[in-house]
Amino acid sequence: MAEIILKIREKIGIMVEAEAISPESFAGKGKEEIEALLVWQGPEKLPLSRFFDVELSGSPSASAEETRIIMQGDLSRVKRIGEGMKAGSIEIDGPAGMHLGAEMAGGSIVVKGNAGSWSGREMKGGLLHIKGNCGDHVGSAYRGSWRGMTGGQIIVEGNARSQLGGGLAGGQITVGGDVENFCGIRQSAGLILVQGSAVRGVGAEMNGGTIVVGKDILQPSPGFEETGREEDPTVGEVKLEGRFVKLSGDYALSKNAKGTIYCREV
Amino acid sequence: MMSAKNIVCPVCGASCDDIAVELSGDRITVKNACKMGNAKFQEIVSSHRIREPLIREGSALLPASWDEAVERTARILAQAKRPLIFVGSETSSEAMEVGLHLAEFLGAAIDSNSTVCHGPTAMGIQEAGRVGGTAGQAKSRSDLVVYWGANPLESMPRHMSRYAVYPRGHWTRRGRFDRTVITVDPRRSITAENSDLHIQLKPNTDYELMAALLTLLHGKRPHPSVEATTGVSIAQMEEMLELMKGCNFGAIYVGLGIASSYGKHRNAEAAFNLVKELNGFTKFIIGALRGHCNVAGFNQIASYLYGFPFGLDFARGYPRYNPGEYTAVDLLRDRDVDAAFIVSADLVSHFPAACAEYLAEIPVSCIDIAPCPTTMLSDVVLPGVIDAMECDGTFYRLDDVPIYFQPFTKSPFSYTESNEDTMKQIYKRVKALKK
Ligand code: SF4
Repeated sequence: MAEIILKIREKIGIMVEAEAISPESFAGKGKEEIEALLVWQGPEKLPLSRFFDVELSGSPSASAEETRIIMQGDLSRVKRIGEGMKAGSIEIDGPAGMHLGAEMAGGSIVVKGNAGSWSGREMKGGLLHIKGNCGDHVGSAYRGSWRGMTGGQIIVEGNARSQLGGGLAGGQITVGGDVENFCGIRQSAGLILVQGSAVRGVGAEMNGGTIVVGKDILQPSPGFEETGREEDPTVGEVKLEGRFVKLSGDYALSKNAKGTIYCREV
Repeated sequence: MMSAKNIVCPVCGASCDDIAVELSGDRITVKNACKMGNAKFQEIVSSHRIREPLIREGSALLPASWDEAVERTARILAQAKRPLIFVGSETSSEAMEVGLHLAEFLGAAIDSNSTVCHGPTAMGIQEAGRVGGTAGQAKSRSDLVVYWGANPLESMPRHMSRYAVYPRGHWTRRGRFDRTVITVDPRRSITAENSDLHIQLKPNTDYELMAALLTLLHGKRPHPSVEATTGVSIAQMEEMLELMKGCNFGAIYVGLGIASSYGKHRNAEAAFNLVKELNGFTKFIIGALRGHCNVAGFNQIASYLYGFPFGLDFARGYPRYNPGEYTAVDLLRDRDVDAAFIVSADLVSHFPAACAEYLAEIPVSCIDIAPCPTTMLSDVVLPGVIDAMECDGTFYRLDDVPIYFQPFTKSPFSYTESNEDTMKQIYKRVKALKK
């Protein structure tokens, strides 16, 4: 097991794109090799050591599974950390920038602070745990695609903004707080659990899968039909507590849409 | 004195090409243009026109030589880590093309006005596809017009008379009398007053209204809560749909009411989906009422050269696109660029305060015809040439049809013929500096 600590050296100006920070690219590398990995700042490629102090404890790891990356400092201006990672772990001791864990397929990322927009975008597997709030498009499809996250799990302890789980096609997203607009838009499978409330567009253009909203929805999506009320329903493997209105749709998408929304009765 | 006919108006997206002008000394007389158009033609003789290059010395902008201003601009761009180029929508497609190539060369980010205008509409097209048509097609064929979130009588004054409502067409031998006009707008605008049906929805509920219309088209009943959400009864929605399904050829024109209210590209996407479905009943097309004369141009030029309609980032040597990340407002608000070159646009007046504040901190060069807050905080100001009056070029009209324009006079400057020319001179210097 190798443990690599990356400490941010000074406040970052122009944002850095650092998909090189992942257990796969660190595995088997010594301190100097890690320091020499390239990250982008605008059109320039610069070594990781320009922005981070690197500490390696133990000998280089044999594989990504045995690589643990610990990041310290304000990483809100560092984008694409852990993009595409398949194994191992990243722990971030503060906020993180956009595209955190995008397209990740395995392993785990835990962020103590807030995470930027597009975190967990098109995620395929693994765990992304955000202890603070997150931005827009978390777990969603990228521009031009209708397929978002297909597997794995995202946990947001705080609030999420808009388009959470856009195009969700598998996996599970849990939000402890509230969401804003178009949560689960174009969802076709998978589960979104929101403990708090939503503003509008919940399940818009949804064709399958399930969304649960624990409090109220300010502007409900009109293409949903109420199909019943349930006490303590079970959704997949999750047991909900309380009385819920069950709706199906979105019939604004087609008359055969198969999405389900549970909204707590108020 | 000189006079000219069939001049193209360089103001709004209607690109009216029937303007007649008479220019003598410091007077210009304009025929056929609306009030907005006329005001712009008066710029050519206005006393506040920027007539020489300016360079900042301390807190003052002082007259400077052209070569020095070009050199300073080139240096600002060449020395930046990550410059932003913003080519506004009141200049030619030819100038935009130079800007795009310059951005690619520098690995810069480049954007245009649609980023704060119909950008969401362009994104909606990417999501849903679009059944479109030219203004000529709508003029000759349409017998039903829907203005959704638009008030053309004030924003595109000749749209109704030239293209949409008053002209006689195949099914509209009596012009306006044979056309049905529906306006969807939270306000009782003058366009709404002149319509046959006004759907007065609550602000920021366009998406829900469109979703309800789509649900009805799919033979289902919308959730009853939609009446409280939108303030429109389901009966009224049905009335609107009956009119739409019953026409021979319908045209929907969306305005900033959908692109810039909450929901943005989702509203646009829903509108495009609605039109697709309406084509199952009758013929329908949809287009945007574009605000500036060439705001559609940037979308067209950037798309055919680099694949994306606005907000392009060349940092990695190839174009990337992600509104919210590489778009001008976001880059400035997030302090993610370190210099700006602004062509024919007043970002300081029209962008959020945080963006204007950041522009005041970084080196800025601009091309403009008249003093404005953006020229006031710039380090270099290059005098602009007025397209369609002083040089030729191409605008893309609201329906994405290119309109070639010819000037009726020349650039007042010996050192540049057009904004395109100015940008080419800057590009040449940038290349030399980067060698
Ligand atoms: S409608 Fe637009 S293009 Fe036509 S004259 Fe008026 S401002 Fe100019």
